[in-house]
Amino acid sequence: MLMNLFKFKGGVKPPSNKLQSNHLPIAQAPMPSRLVVPLHQSIGGTPQPIVAAGDHVLKGQKIGEADGWISAAVHAPTSGTVLEVAMHVRPHPSGLDSLCVVIEPDGKDEWITRTPIDHKAAAPADVFHHLQQCGIVGLGGAGFPAHGKLTPSKGVAMDELIINGAECEPFITCDDLLMRERADEVVRGIAVFRDLLQPKRVLIGIEDNKPEAIAAMQAAVDAQNEPFSVVAVPTLYPAGGAKQLIRVLTGKEVPGSMRSTADMGVQVFNVGTAYSAWRAVAHGEPLISRILTITGNVHAPRNYEVLIGTPMGELLALAQPHPDTDGILMGGPMMGFLVPNPQVPVVKTTNCLIAHDDRLFPPKAPEMPCIRCGSCAQVCPHELQPFEMYWFSRAKNFGKTQEYNIFDCIECGCCSYVCPSRIPLVQYFRFAKSEIWAREREKNAADAAKSRFEFKQVREEREKAEKAEKLAKAAAAQAAKKAAEAAAAANTENATAPTAETVTTPAVADPAAAAVNPEKEAKRATIEAAMARAKAQREAVQPKNTESLTPEQQKAAAEIEARRVAAHLIEPEPVASAPASEKPE
Amino acid sequence: MDILLAIAIMALGAVVLGAALGFAAIKFKVEGDPLVEKIEAILPQTQCGQCGFPGCKPYAEAIVNGEEINKCPPGGTEGVQRLADLLGREVKPLDAEEKPKSVAIIDENTCIGCTLCIQACPVDAIVGAAKQMHTIIGQQCTGCELCLPPCPVECIHMEVIQETIDNWKWKYPVVEMRVETTDKAAPMKEAA
Amino acid sequence: MFAPAPFLLKDVSVSQVMIQVCVALIPGIAAYASLVGPAILVQIVVATLSALLAEAAMLKLRGKSMAMFLTDGSAIVTAWLIALTFPPLAPWWLVATGTVFAIIVAKHLYGGLGQNPFNPAMVAFAVCIVAFPALMSQWPSVGLQLGLIEQMNIILGWAPRVDALSGATPLDAMKTALKLGEGGFDVTALLANQDIYGNFAGRGWEWVASGYLLGGLWLWQRKLITWHVPVSFIASMSVLSGALWLYSPSQFASPLFHLLSGGAMLGAFFIATDPVSGCTTPRGKLIFGAGAGLLAYIIRVFGGYPDGVAFAVLLMNLSAPLIDLLTQPPVFGMKDKA
Repeated sequence: MLMNLFKFKGGVKPPSNKLQSNHLPIAQAPMPSRLVVPLHQSIGGTPQPIVAAGDHVLKGQKIGEADGWISAAVHAPTSGTVLEVAMHVRPHPSGLDSLCVVIEPDGKDEWITRTPIDHKAAAPADVFHHLQQCGIVGLGGAGFPAHGKLTPSKGVAMDELIINGAECEPFITCDDLLMRERADEVVRGIAVFRDLLQPKRVLIGIEDNKPEAIAAMQAAVDAQNEPFSVVAVPTLYPAGGAKQLIRVLTGKEVPGSMRSTADMGVQVFNVGTAYSAWRAVAHGEPLISRILTITGNVHAPRNYEVLIGTPMGELLALAQPHPDTDGILMGGPMMGFLVPNPQVPVVKTTNCLIAHDDRLFPPKAPEMPCIRCGSCAQVCPHELQPFEMYWFSRAKNFGKTQEYNIFDCIECGCCSYVCPSRIPLVQYFRFAKSEIWAREREKNAADAAKSRFEFKQVREEREKAEKAEKLAKAAAAQAAKKAAEAAAAANTENATAPTAETVTTPAVADPAAAAVNPEKEAKRATIEAAMARAKAQREAVQPKNTESLTPEQQKAAAEIEARRVAAHLIEPEPVASAPASEKPE
Repeated sequence: MDILLAIAIMALGAVVLGAALGFAAIKFKVEGDPLVEKIEAILPQTQCGQCGFPGCKPYAEAIVNGEEINKCPPGGTEGVQRLADLLGREVKPLDAEEKPKSVAIIDENTCIGCTLCIQACPVDAIVGAAKQMHTIIGQQCTGCELCLPPCPVECIHMEVIQETIDNWKWKYPVVEMRVETTDKAAPMKEAA
Repeated sequence: MFAPAPFLLKDVSVSQVMIQVCVALIPGIAAYASLVGPAILVQIVVATLSALLAEAAMLKLRGKSMAMFLTDGSAIVTAWLIALTFPPLAPWWLVATGTVFAIIVAKHLYGGLGQNPFNPAMVAFAVCIVAFPALMSQWPSVGLQLGLIEQMNIILGWAPRVDALSGATPLDAMKTALKLGEGGFDVTALLANQDIYGNFAGRGWEWVASGYLLGGLWLWQRKLITWHVPVSFIASMSVLSGALWLYSPSQFASPLFHLLSGGAMLGAFFIATDPVSGCTTPRGKLIFGAGAGLLAYIIRVFGGYPDGVAFAVLLMNLSAPLIDLLTQPPVFGMKDKA
């Protein structure tokens, strides 16, 4: 396919390491003993569990309901029994737990009724709903729900639909094998996307180190007589980044600040997403399995079709890891991360497992100071100045990092790859970004607290004024009948009783009511008992959360307490409890 | 003569510049005290009063008038640092222990519905009515602990906010990173 | 779990970079040695030893890892540049003082590797030429052919510093003539008549400059430096000298003379390209190189020092942060708006 290709600046050429795993056909991984399906597998809302421990589920049965528009449903990968819905570690660099559905397969692999959809006849909204209910998300890495990307931007014509088969990360070959073996269905999936988006042209970008995949895709496109262009793009990491592939194929540069590429009239889908979308549309199959590469420090690297939720350790065992394997890397070596333990399950965005050892991935030499050589700036595909961003991230000067456009960084790792001082640049940028986000959250919380505090002050003022007005009126009315003592009592009450309800309670009627109501009396007794208990507790141990304090800390706490008292923020203990004992009466 | 001329020139300069300054002072007059606002932006707005002032704004005003900058425990050491940077003052150690960020939780079985905590809460983060069980809106709780002392039955306690995937942060890169990976990678070997 | 991506790293390191810079200097050093004799090798040894000693002492004082920083090679590059810019028969203690000053004050007091705002070698040159102007101006007459032993004796101070030592570089001779000549002087005639001017820029000096050029081109081919600084340095120096030469060929020497004499080539490829103290943005590098070339020409022709490269580079080092700030390239996708 002859076509005028564009170049993006920067990029690196790490050893591709793809030959180990791309010579064998895709194999079916055996049924694992247990499936752990995390509910949050895509960008957006966290799906809510709709099964409970003990439920029997069928293969493809929905177990997690999509939460909001940008969210996708989650399904049982096989038939079996739900053991628990609990917190389990999920493949995430934090190594933290999240809510997962644990399923014990019954071995029957019994499908639920599948309902295909005729996407040409159905309304687009119904197709989107179908894709969301089938849990179709981007399989390229980020996991953005596919239906959320299938609407053109308002006022922007959809020029190009780009199908990403570049697979630029070293070691990974799952998209390569998918295109070789299932090109036909991939192309049908692309046609579905085409029908929904109505782009002017469809471009399938594949790195030129995958000639078999290019040939297979071209053959499938020809066989189905589709006007799609299969384009071989030069092998250069990160050509498979969405914005880089758009640049190479169309010459358009989507700014980092632009959230959706559709605003530039382009949309990008991974080949795997197209394949699973076709399975969902034509066969009603939800996304419960995917193809992934198992490679690295293993005897038999290969691609497997794997159920979502399979523990990674069991999969790695299929490829017979060498004994010196000391970890599992999820994703490619440029952007992936080490998972905390072998029980971590495969999720929709797991495209590769790499057995880690020190021979393949030598331990990093200690970080040297930056010598400002500028290599990082030369390879940055987003034309940033990583060494400047590093400088300010390191100094925690986050405002400056934003001036150098840190949020345009796609964390591709090119800068770290070439750095002669072996500075973990990407790590510094991730740190800076998450600190900036955290501060943003804190700032918002503080602003909200401030406005609520100010509102409360205004409200209290208003209530006080209203109360004074009401009392003044009452006093004026009563002055005629009774003496001024009632008004005086009301005024003192007003000074101590803080809320409306104490005032509105008819104080005169109360003792009588209490007397005739033994139930209330009993309740009062229990409350008093509770208070006595609390008081005893309080006397036995000073404030609960200050049990094991050093004398200095106690002193500090006491000082704070004293300052609070001085500021009249809280009244001293006995006074504080006094109105409470009066109130129930 | 020369001296007189020089004096005249200097005097004229003084008059012109003085007029310009006076004009600028009126023309570009800043309403309010921008410094107080800047300080308030740094303070965590918990309104907890641990500083000895009834809220964050009074403390901000007091700082402008010379109060120490290290009296805000919720702001932590980082807050002191940022105040010091803003005001060009020296960083002082925090005047209290630094606590992890927490939220208040009401033990709903013990709560008697006295509404005292509702009145104490500076940000209206507690809902409930008299003789009805109260509860705390976790997202709006600033962790100020002002609701703890008024409770007659001590049914409120503070819970440290746990790290979840949503609030998890990437760590500052440390130079020595092998130590941690090796001990955690140990179970891998058994599996592999 | 803490092991950040990427897990693959290119096989590069600071010491590899520095070693390649040293390798690139070798053709120039060879030509230099054949011009002035083995003295220059002695000076390189003296400078290297004193640089490593000073570096080790500073690392110890600052509590930094010796294994990591002593082997990074940056001190050696500084030392070699000092040895190559100082007069080849300068007393050993002068070279050693300059080097130690460069490492301790210009490098470590500013924070060590990667933190120095000024090129340490050029700081050493500037300090020594201000403190020891006489010694720093004594260049061996070209006719002077001394053996290793005699040169060693002079360097070590065991032999008297004979008059023959206080020769002048072609640049210096030219400037002196220019000042003395008061108009009645003719550069073309000077170049034609006098022995030390050689074919283009003083006998033998053009070979030294060519050696640096060769090494510099190799560095460019290895992608350790970009074309920006050398090209703009050479271009600006050529344009200015060419304009003045065309204006009055009898008063000013040709661009070729200027490019091939003194520290022009060393400066263009090895000194102004120092990434730590120079500019890093592409446009910034162009400005930096052009500024250094212009200033070097102005200082060497109209100033009081024999060569202007050192001061030119230092002055540009001073402005590098500002130039960088003002020449930030637009990022991906923002080119229309920038």
